[in-house]
Amino acid sequence: MVQRLDYLKESPSQTAGPYVHIGTNPNWVEITGVWREDLGLVLVGPETVGERILVEGRIIDGSGALVRDALVEIWQADAAGLYNSPAETRGTADRAFAGWARQPVSEADGLFRFETIRPGRVPFPGGGLQAPHVTVWIVARGINLGLHTRLYFGDEAEANSVDPLLNRIPDPARRATLVAPRTERDGMPVFTFDILLQGDGETVFLDM
Amino acid sequence: MSGAYFQRDRDWHPPALTPGYKTSVLRSPRQALLSMPTTPSEETGPVFGHDVLGPLDNDLIRNFAKDGEAIGQRIVVYGRVLDENARPVAGALVEFWQANAGGRYRHKKESYLATLDPNFGGCGRAITDAEGRYSFRTVKPGAYPWPNGVNDWRPAHIHFSVFGHAFAQRLITQMYFEGDPMIGQCPIVKTIPDPAAIERLVAALDRNATIPMDSLAYKFDIVLRGRRSTLFENRMEGN
Repeated sequence: MVQRLDYLKESPSQTAGPYVHIGTNPNWVEITGVWREDLGLVLVGPETVGERILVEGRIIDGSGALVRDALVEIWQADAAGLYNSPAETRGTADRAFAGWARQPVSEADGLFRFETIRPGRVPFPGGGLQAPHVTVWIVARGINLGLHTRLYFGDEAEANSVDPLLNRIPDPARRATLVAPRTERDGMPVFTFDILLQGDGETVFLDM
Repeated sequence: MSGAYFQRDRDWHPPALTPGYKTSVLRSPRQALLSMPTTPSEETGPVFGHDVLGPLDNDLIRNFAKDGEAIGQRIVVYGRVLDENARPVAGALVEFWQANAGGRYRHKKESYLATLDPNFGGCGRAITDAEGRYSFRTVKPGAYPWPNGVNDWRPAHIHFSVFGHAFAQRLITQMYFEGDPMIGQCPIVKTIPDPAAIERLVAALDRNATIPMDSLAYKFDIVLRGRRSTLFENRMEGN
């Protein structure tokens, strides 16, 4: 016999289901009056420090169809690379930037679109800096455990080339699934991050 | 202090591809996940203050009431949010949503013929206290049929979304009710391979916590990922 380790097991995940919005975005599904405003709708205000950008994309299933019932959450550092979190130990983040947002994708065209700022670089525990990135988490009907991935920026080639996570992906085509190409719209940089759940071009998902 | 979050036990969680739950077939990644130790991006997370909560946020019997209270068996659901080190997670935002007592969701895409309850919205939220405790009052949701097999039914359940202290802990799951014979025949429950893991999602009827002449009570503890202690390790930047 041996002494017991006193760890608990993590609660197992179950799918968020088709009606996740009732719990996360009730106003969006016309359950009004319970609380005034759904959480996580706005990231950026007039006081927020940093370069304004748009991050947008769609989620596509293994048959090429748009996923129209997903919920997308993002989490990112501020312009100085600090997280607005009590667990941030390196300094105090921009109070005018929450760093977290979430959004149901559009039923009409499957699009998610976040107006945010370009994040700064965050250290890597093994040493060095990570390239600027946005943590992305998606849940939906048919997804048994939330899928975690990262968006890197298409115009940060130099930082991306030394990013420890990107460099753990040997196949350049797979690595490219995490790098959102840049375009511009009305003078604002737009980074398009389409997430392919399965098949050719499947996005790299993370176990972190 | 604290280091990386424990590796997630992916044999304990449901795998992505579970053909018995048909929607998973086209929505399941087939490539290997990229495994990495957590970094500050996963070891931090948003925290929500109690000021986001309204007084009825954790009372689903009254928070959508128009001209009366929600219909159904009155229950209290309570429990603690803990981490794998068995420490309470204080300040965790817990969101919950459910069908009404007839098994009908208030959602524009819901088509089940059971009637809507005009006094029931089906959503609520709470933030855990210093001991990790949360509680809410609701009505017991009904079972309902859903399109998967030709005659598949979901057991009564409540959905939970939990934010701990770090994005690595983000979790969505479902709570079932002790003694429900429909748990074992549900294709979504059966996505979880280990019966011991399924048991962790079954809330216990707690007669000691019932409110006499008012509400039954169910206890549902939720466990989020734990974090390493950096015993004898070199302190790395970020710790």
